[in-house]
Amino acid sequence: MSAVLDNQGHGGQVHDDHHAHAPTGWRRWVFATNHKDIGTMYLLFAFTMLIIGGAMAMVIRAELFEPGLQLLNPEMFNQLTTMHGLIMIFGAIMPAFVGFANWMVPLQVGAPDMAFARMNNLSFWLLIPAALMLIGGFFMPGGAPATGWTMYAPLSLQMGMAMDSTIFSIHIMGASSIMGAINIIVTILNLRAPGMKLMKMPMFCWSWLITAYLLIAVMPVLAGAVTMTLTDRHFGTSFFNAANGGDPIMYQHIFWFFGHPEVYIMILPAFGMISQVIPAFARKKLFGYTSMVYAIAAIAILSFIVWAHHMFITGMPVTGELFFMFTTVLIAVPTAVKVFNWTATMWRGSMTFETPMLFAVGFIFVFVIGGFSGLVLAMAPVDIQLHGTYYVVAHFHYVLVAAALFAMFASFYYWSPKWTGVMYNEMHGKIHFWWSMISFNVAFFPMHFLGLAGMPRRYADYPAQFTDFNQVASIGAWLFGLAQVYFFFWVVLPLLRGHGEKAPQRPWEGAEGLEWEVPSPAPFHTFETPPKLDPTATRVIG
Amino acid sequence: MINNIQARLASALRFPLILLCAWFSVSAWAVNSLPGGPALLELNLQPPVTAIARDQAWLNDLLMIVCTVVFIGVFGVMFYSIWKHRKSVGHKAATFHESVAIEITWTIVPFVIIVLMAFPATKLIVAAKDTTNADLTVKVTGYQWKWGYDYLNGEGQGIAFLSTINPKMREFAAVGARGAPIPDNYLLDVDHPLVVPVNKKVRIITTSVDVIHSWAVPALGVRQDAIPGFVRDVWFRAEKVGTYYGDCTELCGKEHAFMPVVVKVLSDDDYTKWVAGEHQKLAAGSNASSAPVASK
Ligand code: HEM
Ligand SMILES: [Cu+2]
Ligand SMILES: [Cu+2]
Repeated sequence: MSAVLDNQGHGGQVHDDHHAHAPTGWRRWVFATNHKDIGTMYLLFAFTMLIIGGAMAMVIRAELFEPGLQLLNPEMFNQLTTMHGLIMIFGAIMPAFVGFANWMVPLQVGAPDMAFARMNNLSFWLLIPAALMLIGGFFMPGGAPATGWTMYAPLSLQMGMAMDSTIFSIHIMGASSIMGAINIIVTILNLRAPGMKLMKMPMFCWSWLITAYLLIAVMPVLAGAVTMTLTDRHFGTSFFNAANGGDPIMYQHIFWFFGHPEVYIMILPAFGMISQVIPAFARKKLFGYTSMVYAIAAIAILSFIVWAHHMFITGMPVTGELFFMFTTVLIAVPTAVKVFNWTATMWRGSMTFETPMLFAVGFIFVFVIGGFSGLVLAMAPVDIQLHGTYYVVAHFHYVLVAAALFAMFASFYYWSPKWTGVMYNEMHGKIHFWWSMISFNVAFFPMHFLGLAGMPRRYADYPAQFTDFNQVASIGAWLFGLAQVYFFFWVVLPLLRGHGEKAPQRPWEGAEGLEWEVPSPAPFHTFETPPKLDPTATRVIG
Repeated sequence: MINNIQARLASALRFPLILLCAWFSVSAWAVNSLPGGPALLELNLQPPVTAIARDQAWLNDLLMIVCTVVFIGVFGVMFYSIWKHRKSVGHKAATFHESVAIEITWTIVPFVIIVLMAFPATKLIVAAKDTTNADLTVKVTGYQWKWGYDYLNGEGQGIAFLSTINPKMREFAAVGARGAPIPDNYLLDVDHPLVVPVNKKVRIITTSVDVIHSWAVPALGVRQDAIPGFVRDVWFRAEKVGTYYGDCTELCGKEHAFMPVVVKVLSDDDYTKWVAGEHQKLAAGSNASSAPVASK
């Protein structure tokens, strides 16, 4: 008799604790092998990095509030933009998605844990030294790298020793990501409960399965690029150093061969999340499940052949520009299909708008804006006007900050009752949503105008004609930052303390999936024996 | 037609924006728009002065319109649904959840729209890449943090000089751009602008001696990375006499924000006079404004 079965129907009751051997105190976390504990640690780590990287953004926006250099000298400004980008991408967004995967993938496929529980521990704890080495760059001679997150050569060859520690930090984070990805793939492919066919899997698992392959494919490419930078810096090679016959453009090709799939690594899991939240609150099955799976796969495959759309301005042959322009705009097709499917899912549903649904609809809104600006940038002749300007900054903040982050907020509100056993406060959630949504757009929409008018990105100072929109953007950015502080103190903290209404086993009327078949909070161990599933693979029947 | 709609939209938007921003602008930045450079509260690309830049702007407007129409379509449907298909108004959920025909339709339709939009883009790429038959060829070299200009070919051949930001601007910046009211060309003033004749095809060859820079002038529709160890070329044919402003747009180190590009477009006569003056200076040996770049 499985523990899960015992708990059918009486949500909230933790099953008989024959697992008293579970470590307690600090050992529980340092030696953690439980996917739920590790998931929690990933999420807390990511949130910490979000706040650190966010604080840097606040300083950047303060400097840009007026023309002239008020707070920072240009070196410091460049260091901050670089570290902001690296911390947000490698410290906040990527680990947060892994945290969600840790919590939810085993629960969704009916597995007792991740396939490699100890490797899971390692892949989390590697992040701590990596983060210290990354942020520690500020305290090294010469300060943090000031190359931008793209670390283009030969500028990277001019940096101080913090560049080296950043390179090692990237190696470690890459290793961590690859381990996480292997774990997710093996868990999904090998540990699914009987009856959980691949084409019955929840969309979140599908999106992560594909994302994990992307990670395994491209993290080594990034490692290669930064390692070549390292040997150029110290061991006399000249891969990227033109002065010795090297090729600085080759760095960009290698970097973006990693970089473009990377941006999809940061959005595909979000697609999966939204594909689960929308049907739950529309009380209607996801429209076009099969085409959603194919669309994600198509995007993932195409993402490998579009990288040079980041390099239209380096100067390439006409045929090269045409190839990369056409493949890039092609990606917009499966992306559009996804948006249409979400809309069709909502169509003639029976919708309610609790906070997860608000963030999900907000996600679609900002993601579509970001997708459109991507389409504009993909048109090579227009990119001549927009490359290297604030338009690009607007584009990737719409798809990353807003879209990826909002998807994670949606999922947090959606799944936190299962994690904590208590409901978040709906009013606080709604305030968090509207505050974030409005301030985000105030901060980033004017950046489209700045970019069109020609304001370059990564500028510590700007011509005074750009002042007005910069001030609007700064005010929006500070409000957006404040909204996340509110989120922590009024939403996250109460949940961590267990304050709030007791969460039922299935808090959402329309939610489907195995995670809702276990009590809230999910007991330390779930699905220790494979559950027996109904034909839809969404219910445990024995 | 497209430009018309765009212009009307922009002017409709501008007034509320001005109000909004006037309210925000606590500081006293009494600046005006800079002809040939950034304008106050500009919502779109800078006014083009080359055929290529005009086509870029046209393509951008076309994309904006297509995107706006699709946006209104998609969100129209979605918000209608949000309004009508809510549980609170008693709507019961339907059960449909797939349709191959619909999926195929909404895969093909965006595909066709996108390919149609990419065709004018293709023509424009080919045109922008054709750097043959230039009347004047100038080599542009990126330095940390200034530009070098060498007139390689055409009228003015042999002229060479460096172009550095007006040090006054850099001082303004360092003290937070306070004190004396900053000029309209704040950060966009250089000692020696690139000087070219109007209506002539100018070919720009870029390279760099240290790190990657990018030579960009929005009004001319030109942006090209300057890469150490490599040469790349672009071209423009300015149709109007005037001064046009641009920037370095590839992060190149600490003074990246302080190496503007200024291009002065002169009438044929004025250009000839300018060339004569430069040659005279060269001959006199007092190259006050003509530090030869080649010696670097
Ligand atoms: C319809 C889909 C998309 C298209 C067509 C698209 C297209 C582009 C293009 C052409 C650029 C280069 C612009 C330039 O530097 O001149 C770009 C930059 C960027 N995109 Fe996208 N994009 C799309 C979706 C996304 C998504 C989903 C993400 C991430 C979640 C993303 C993240 C980024 C980032 C981070 C950059 C800037 C990189 C940098 O230079 O630092 N994009 N995009
Ligand atoms: Cu890309
Ligand atoms: Cu620069």
